[in-house]
Amino acid sequence: MPKSRRSITDLILHLHPQTVPRETLRLTLSWGLGGMAAVLVGLLFLTGILLLLVYQPSINHAYNSILILTREVPFGLWVRNIHHWSANLLVVIAVLHLLRVVLTGAFGPGRRLNWVIGLFLLFLLLSSNFTGYLLPWDQLAYWAVTICTSMLGYIPFCGQWLQELFRGGAEIGPATLANFFVLHVAFIPATLFILLLWHFWLIRRAGGLVQVERNDTEKVPVLRVPSTPNLIVREAAVSLALVAFILIMSILWSAPLLEQANPGMSPNPAKSPWYFLGFQELLLHLHPVFAVFVWPLLGAAALMFVPFWRDTALPTGVWFGSEHGRKLLIWTASAGALATLGLILGDNLLLSSAEAVAVDTFITRGVLPTVLLIALLAGLYFLLIRKQKYTRAEAVTAGIVLVLVALMVCTVIGIWFRGPEMHLIWPLGQGGE
Amino acid sequence: MVENHTTESTESPDRRRFLNRCWAFFGIVAAAEFGWLGLSFMNSRKERNRPAKTDSIVSAGAVEQFTPGTVTAVPVGQFYLACLGDGSFLALSRTCTHLGCSVPWDEEKNKFVCPCHGSTFNLTGEVLTAPAPRPLDIYPVRIENGIVKVDTSVTQKRDRFEPVQATRI
Repeated sequence: MPKSRRSITDLILHLHPQTVPRETLRLTLSWGLGGMAAVLVGLLFLTGILLLLVYQPSINHAYNSILILTREVPFGLWVRNIHHWSANLLVVIAVLHLLRVVLTGAFGPGRRLNWVIGLFLLFLLLSSNFTGYLLPWDQLAYWAVTICTSMLGYIPFCGQWLQELFRGGAEIGPATLANFFVLHVAFIPATLFILLLWHFWLIRRAGGLVQVERNDTEKVPVLRVPSTPNLIVREAAVSLALVAFILIMSILWSAPLLEQANPGMSPNPAKSPWYFLGFQELLLHLHPVFAVFVWPLLGAAALMFVPFWRDTALPTGVWFGSEHGRKLLIWTASAGALATLGLILGDNLLLSSAEAVAVDTFITRGVLPTVLLIALLAGLYFLLIRKQKYTRAEAVTAGIVLVLVALMVCTVIGIWFRGPEMHLIWPLGQGGE
Repeated sequence: MVENHTTESTESPDRRRFLNRCWAFFGIVAAAEFGWLGLSFMNSRKERNRPAKTDSIVSAGAVEQFTPGTVTAVPVGQFYLACLGDGSFLALSRTCTHLGCSVPWDEEKNKFVCPCHGSTFNLTGEVLTAPAPRPLDIYPVRIENGIVKVDTSVTQKRDRFEPVQATRI
């Protein structure tokens, strides 16, 4: 083998172990989700560099530069669409990846730090998506950033200060765009790159993907196969298929671009990007301090600390841990979806009937639902552990699935079932209302 | 050389630990300095982007122009001039107190309806339906020689509507 060729092979092998356990090669173990996410990040870096050549980060020129990009630059529209669809698909893939890790018990001892890094990566790519959403400075962008920076204002103690820091002043203006531009093209990609390498390296240090636990009495050695070609070929197949899918999708559907930003008129309905519509749904029902600060903080803290609680990870390498666990999770997911739907519809009736001057909602729409939610989760936990004899791992996983399903239902309602003034609508009906 | 090195390190583990801690300390100080530098860069623009004081007084029009019980948008000053039932004036900010969307006046329903999260406000800016936590902010109104003038540089927050907030002739 020529020397140059060998060095490339060495580089690939350096990112991978020399050999991998054969059972972790199954597509149905990981569905290649982590790899897909990495490929999408790569696509985003490449298309991002191209977009940077055309984009002008000032409020007077940003919108126009996007128009020039889509109309005059060769393949400009296509490149923008690739960037857009990769970013959006990345959110879906990353959440599925998180779900896969939970459901195959892959955050146990030896992988705890990597779970935390994974959560930071999820946060970073959501921030990256959101900061990118602002850059075209169209109506979508302007009002999304208005709402988002106003949300910062509800954070206790330092909210106002944070809000002015991110806006670069009391009002949204040139400094706001500069902030988000720097975050999007420099700060977030650099941090993302470092954390991704760390993420990959920690997988390798943990001995690759999760494997089925084996009894010590069995002396059957783990069957290992060389990474090249076994792993590399599979990775290439998944990556190339994904890239092809994105390229075709970007030919067929274009990324949205509304009119230029108009500070005088919010679009009706003014919706956040789809991955934040779950939170927007919360904002419709809860006191802002709770929707913006308390609930996300509780959720993030809970996810962060789950692996550090003993025995919360399911048996490794088997989906849902067991058949028993699979049934529990199906029940939890369906019940959770129905309950969330019921709560939203019920609260909608309550909101529309109470046309009187609203009282202070801090208790009724803040403290009370929070206490009820925590009581509900704790009650379900004890019910599953004491009465139904489920393991702690199964109960905790059911809790995570319940919360994620509730968030997904909120997101779906936000995307398709909210119309003008954010009233509930039936999208298939004539005219909506 | 190698032997020297190892004997030295076994002889003074305290010294090594001390030096390592120094490096860690200087590293943290450097990171903090950079963070502080970044924050002061971001903070410096807050001052520069304060709106100029000169054009803060906006003339909304003559008193006779406004009929009681109506709301007029004044785009120049980014506010609504509400003429209450008794003929007094209230200058309402068009920014929703929930998350800062621009709130349009709905003539038919006789209320402000926020397009972002569905909050509604009545003619005096009071909250009719949540999630908005407080009434629309107001600006001071003066009536000089029959002209309604609004000072948009001062935003006044309030918990409820009180008749003293409105300006009479």
